[in-house]
Amino acid sequence: MPVSDMHRRRRGRNLALAGVLLAFVVLFFVVTLVKLKGP
Amino acid sequence: MVDLSLTAGREIPAELPVAGARDFWLLLKPRVMSLVVFTGLVGLLLAPGTMHPVLALTALLCIALGAGAAGAINMWYDADIDARMRRTRARPIPAGRMTRGDALAFGSVLAVAAVLMMGLFVNLLAAGLLAATIGFYVFIYTMWLKRRTPQNIVIGGAAGALPPLIGWAAASGEIGVLPVILFAIIFFWTPPHFWALALDRAKEYAAAGVPMLPVVAGLAATRRQIALYSLIYVPLTLAPWAGGYSGPLYGGLVALLGLGFLLLAGMVWRGTSAVAPRRLFGYSILHLFLVFAALLADRAATAGAAWPAGVG
Repeated sequence: MPVSDMHRRRRGRNLALAGVLLAFVVLFFVVTLVKLKGP
Repeated sequence: MVDLSLTAGREIPAELPVAGARDFWLLLKPRVMSLVVFTGLVGLLLAPGTMHPVLALTALLCIALGAGAAGAINMWYDADIDARMRRTRARPIPAGRMTRGDALAFGSVLAVAAVLMMGLFVNLLAAGLLAATIGFYVFIYTMWLKRRTPQNIVIGGAAGALPPLIGWAAASGEIGVLPVILFAIIFFWTPPHFWALALDRAKEYAAAGVPMLPVVAGLAATRRQIALYSLIYVPLTLAPWAGGYSGPLYGGLVALLGLGFLLLAGMVWRGTSAVAPRRLFGYSILHLFLVFAALLADRAATAGAAWPAGVG
């Protein structure tokens, strides 16, 4: 595999992981607000 | 001098595969996941009680992650089989784009995260059912049954049938009669669905050493079993109407859809059409989707503006 292709895949994976982690942070924040608010 | 390094005696490949984000997505079996999420959504929407929309979305996310995790661990375990079958050899591991270790780690982390989130944010019953579903698919179906018995997909089908129960439990905190009926519908849908595929790919399964029914019992016996299970499955789809859980809209729609299913199953049983198994396989996916969609449509028509009661 050419180095450039490997780097491209790795960068794509890192960006996707960052996006997923950010989404989880937002989800946890929103769910916490909902739980604090109560039924 | 003795080499005590971790790599001693092992051949280290010059280059390990670097999987891209898309490969991790494919590892989740997104098409299977979409049907699982949809049946879970139907269970959640039909359940009594109220649920905040954010928590409902979280529950669905957990179901999706759990299904994806089970798919990823399945691909880790079955990489050798996948490499021998045309249908699966382009998957990330057999295609050489991902290491098996990456798939196992990814699937395991997702499984734990999905169950923990369901338990912390939704309720323990839904989390327990989700854990049971993942465990059943991985340990009972993938590791135990798949390579040992032609009844693999019959018993293993229980894992795929649990999502409506999880959705129902997430919304109501209990298990009712209707989600058990939905479980039974998916459970009896699974054999004709997968055996139709297996009829079409019998040689591939035989070459891969997977004892699917056509490989072990032959094509005629499989066609007969498909017909028998279809005769159980199609009437069972009418059970929500017969039990008073849905109205005539559902009953009418599902009766019509069921006739199509029985027609195709009959064509497979006769064995006169080479394309019938493939058609039944494709129609079975659409059929299950439409049966569950009909349940939602019927409930929406019956309850009007007051629905969905479970989310809000």
